[in-house]
Amino acid sequence: MDYLFTEEQKMIQDLCMQIAKEKIKPVAAHYDETGEFAWDIIKVLAESDICGIYIPEEYGGMGGGILELAIATEALSWGCGGISLGFAATGLGTFPIILFGNEEQKNKYLPDIASGKKLAAFALTEAEAGSDAGGIKTTARKEGDHYILNGTKQWITNGGEAEIYSVVAMTNKDKGPRGASAFIVEKGTPGLFFGKKENKMGIRSSSTREVIFTDCKIPKENLLGKEGLGFIVAMKTFDNSRPGVAAQALGIAQRALDEAVAYTHERRQFGQAISSFQGVQFMLADMATSIEASRGLIYSAARMIDSGAKNIAKVSAMCKLYASDVAMRVTTDAVQLFGGYGYMKEYPVEKLMRDAKITQIYEGTNQIQRGVIASALIKEGLA
Amino acid sequence: MNIIVLIKQVPETTDVKIDPVTNTLKREGVQSIINPFDVYAIEEGIRLRERAGAGKVTVITMGPPQALEALREAVSMGCDDAILLSDRKFAGSDTWATSYTLSKAIKKLGKFDVIICGKQASDGDTAQVGPGVSTHLDIPQVTYVKKIEEITIEKARVERMTEEGYDIMETPLPALFTVVKEINVPRLPSLKGKMRAKKIEIPVWTAESLECDGKKIGLDGSPTRVMKVFTPAPREGGEMLSGEPEEVAKKLVGLLRDAVLG
Ligand SMILES: Cc1cc2nc3c(=O)[nH]c(=O)nc-3n(C[C@H](O)[C@H](O)[C@H](O)COP(=O)(O)OP(=O)(O)OC[C@H]3O[C@@H](n4cnc5c(N)ncnc54)[C@H](O)[C@@H]3O)c2cc1C
Repeated sequence: MDYLFTEEQKMIQDLCMQIAKEKIKPVAAHYDETGEFAWDIIKVLAESDICGIYIPEEYGGMGGGILELAIATEALSWGCGGISLGFAATGLGTFPIILFGNEEQKNKYLPDIASGKKLAAFALTEAEAGSDAGGIKTTARKEGDHYILNGTKQWITNGGEAEIYSVVAMTNKDKGPRGASAFIVEKGTPGLFFGKKENKMGIRSSSTREVIFTDCKIPKENLLGKEGLGFIVAMKTFDNSRPGVAAQALGIAQRALDEAVAYTHERRQFGQAISSFQGVQFMLADMATSIEASRGLIYSAARMIDSGAKNIAKVSAMCKLYASDVAMRVTTDAVQLFGGYGYMKEYPVEKLMRDAKITQIYEGTNQIQRGVIASALIKEGLA
Repeated sequence: MNIIVLIKQVPETTDVKIDPVTNTLKREGVQSIINPFDVYAIEEGIRLRERAGAGKVTVITMGPPQALEALREAVSMGCDDAILLSDRKFAGSDTWATSYTLSKAIKKLGKFDVIICGKQASDGDTAQVGPGVSTHLDIPQVTYVKKIEEITIEKARVERMTEEGYDIMETPLPALFTVVKEINVPRLPSLKGKMRAKKIEIPVWTAESLECDGKKIGLDGSPTRVMKVFTPAPREGGEMLSGEPEEVAKKLVGLLRDAVLG
């Protein structure tokens, strides 16, 4: 299929696929087992100029957009959905700066992210505030030229590994959702601590950690946008980052299909390759078709966002919702096609199934995505 | 530091087919890649430039127009310049004619400090072109280099792999090194490198532009005659000694004594 990529986009795809095959695939099982963070792969991405593909050129990036980010994330996730997340979640932590940062903030933070010298993270979720982000309790109190942050964020991807944190905290509780603000907090700031590292079902090499603020004092210059914009920053960030989660799901699904096609061709039962059975063939055909549909939706959504379109929440949610559901189904079917071998850790598909699951949960569960899509539909219907 | 890397495009297969009539390599239907050993040469060239903090890496190959692809790949890894030596008249060159032609190109380029080649090409496996070039240029060569310990503009100290271990050798520069795969881990291309490679104008030098002596290039300049190419018959026989280690050792010594001393 021809996706009408530019020369540059093809190069990104080729290079990321080469990295996935030659560098990530051989170490994926090791990192899955140990749960270590794959710094060696981040270094490869940095040296290959991948880290800055979605960052504007004036800040040291390649000036690409959501499509470039999706192309890279898809390919890298083919290698390992956990390792690729170090890159993709840096995108999540960087969008608040790209979208709402002022010139000084962009100049200060983006070049190091673009070069791969520093990773970023996005910290919104708390123990009592998941889908209902409005329930966050972390506070930021203004004191002269500073804000003082207090509270605990949970399940922060890249927590501890990243140098730059985009954090949403309440500056004025009385105002409800309009009382939240977004800040940049640098690792090393006194009062910033990292807590428990989670032991997870999948994407195990990705770091998921508590980020704790105890009288953490940051300069007032680190406020993103204006006070009160916290949730707007978060929502606009998600609108831009969800195609990345979708692409992560897509890469995992494509890998599952590739493994299934190869395996069913090799595995013989009843004197023939199991791929000769129609019951197996139909499964492969359905897997391939849903993957292709998910890819089409992701690339279209990404192109729409890159074109500067205004109302992107719906398509962004649609591609995340669809691609993650496809990934879950396809990886489950891949395990099925491998039979008992698929259930064993010696084969790659059980990991793909474990890795796929998170894409239905984070950056808004798929129920929340359906809610976003439905409210956009209703709003459009009323307009 | 000015570094020249010599590379060759080869078929991507370890299972090379030989044409039974002409005794030459069959290339049809096989993808072409940079000779795997040359990738280490490219990496080492780039590292030397990075170590020196200045200078450039020029990659050269002799081959058909499609060898431009190999040069572009080298540029995508970080080589600065590339030159293709291509001319119908070069066809049929053996290692002697090839090293003559390459040396003419290097002379035309002018100043250089180091020339790096892979230890051998995966298709012909001769390991002769590197040493041939140094001979034509009358500069020192060190083959099978596994580490460049120290290098200045005047001299280099390198480790040369041998079957037993390694030699430490010092040579004045300019010199030519052929490198083994133990020397480094080659990097992948970078995105910026790939973009540069796409756009870079690669000059094509012909026999005329190199002012080659017509009798020294191509088939006419190639004294080598391939009489026969064959796979050596696998070793046969052999004898398994069994028993207690002490006993076996004694038997073995006895057999060796008989075999060697008659
Ligand atoms: C591995 C991992 C990494 C993460 N990384 C980050 C990160 O980097 N930064 C960050 O800020 N957060 C991160 N998160 C948090 C993640 O975004 C939340 O887990 C997610 O938003 C869901 O919140 P919850 O887990 O509290 O579930 P809950 O909100 O408690 O939901 C539980 C269930 O109820 C359903 N539900 C809730 N509300 C509704 C509703 N209104 N209608 C219908 N169904 C509903 C949900 O869909 C879900 O099925 C991460 C989580 C994980 C597991």
